[in-house]
Amino acid sequence: MTVTRHGPRGSNHPMPRALAELVAAAREGDREAFDEVVRVTHADTYTLAYRLVGNEEDARDVVQEAYLRAYRGLKSFRGEARFTTWLYRITANCASTHLGRRRRHQHDELPEDDGVVDEHPGSDPAEVAAAALLRDRVSAALAGLPPRLRAVVVLRDVYDLPHDAIASELGISVTAAKVRLHRARRRLREELFPLPGEADGEEASRAG
Amino acid sequence: MPAELRCDDVAPTLAELAAAGSTDLRARRHVESCLRCQAELVQYRKLLRALRALRTDVLRPAPGLVADVLASLEEAGERHAIRALLTGRRAAYLSGIAAATAAGAAGAIVLASRSRARNARRFRLAG
Repeated sequence: MTVTRHGPRGSNHPMPRALAELVAAAREGDREAFDEVVRVTHADTYTLAYRLVGNEEDARDVVQEAYLRAYRGLKSFRGEARFTTWLYRITANCASTHLGRRRRHQHDELPEDDGVVDEHPGSDPAEVAAAALLRDRVSAALAGLPPRLRAVVVLRDVYDLPHDAIASELGISVTAAKVRLHRARRRLREELFPLPGEADGEEASRAG
Repeated sequence: MPAELRCDDVAPTLAELAAAGSTDLRARRHVESCLRCQAELVQYRKLLRALRALRTDVLRPAPGLVADVLASLEEAGERHAIRALLTGRRAAYLSGIAAATAAGAAGAIVLASRSRARNARRFRLAG
């Protein structure tokens, strides 16, 4: 599996109107239109699923389940939110269910080291390399979080879902979602951007 | 006048302050006057920028995912069609049975009333 990095949002995607038209046709019962929606959005959905569950096999299961649920619930999508946001919510819900099942039946495996392909290199190779390194460190730090903390921070800070949507899809209260978000951000900040004294495990003294 | 906030009081709000700003004036006032909290706020801003940057990463799944998804949709669609067909057949059987029962009952009623009329005629003739 490779990571593709695209520049401005949507450069690898059709215009939003094209997706909206496909979704509208699918809602009218056009199966081929829904198949096209799957082709257009699957990489994005898979990316979210992978970030939430942390391995390829589970991510594929989550993606399949998410599209089945989306297809069955397509009539309930009223177009008030973006289709992709609606799909993210379904994917988050499926991932949460999947992780719950996995906790009961399996042990976690270490994530694979994925190859990275940068399709949009910037002008300064040093900057590009530094940015790529940072992204890899952030991805690794996310993968190292417990799933319940990881889910909240990915949905909020990467995918910009509102607190109430996150709480609803993960089956927790808004307060619990906020508490988890705070813990996740603090752990990531301490690991990736430590203050002087935190890096070697010392808590920096607080002046008060 | 409320007591001034300490770093420990403000720490839980720093990430949210970095993400969306904060309406907590006391916390903001503390951060403006505290170099350590300012430094932590800067680190949170870097973290949030780095997390947002991940949004532009798209992982390419191994080949076959789209085919698998479409196959599962197809299968679900077929299952749904078979279920609908069976439901339709069941409804047809049930309505057939109901119609036959109704016809049988109506026939029985007609026969019973005819037999009652015949018996009454017989009694009248005998009397």
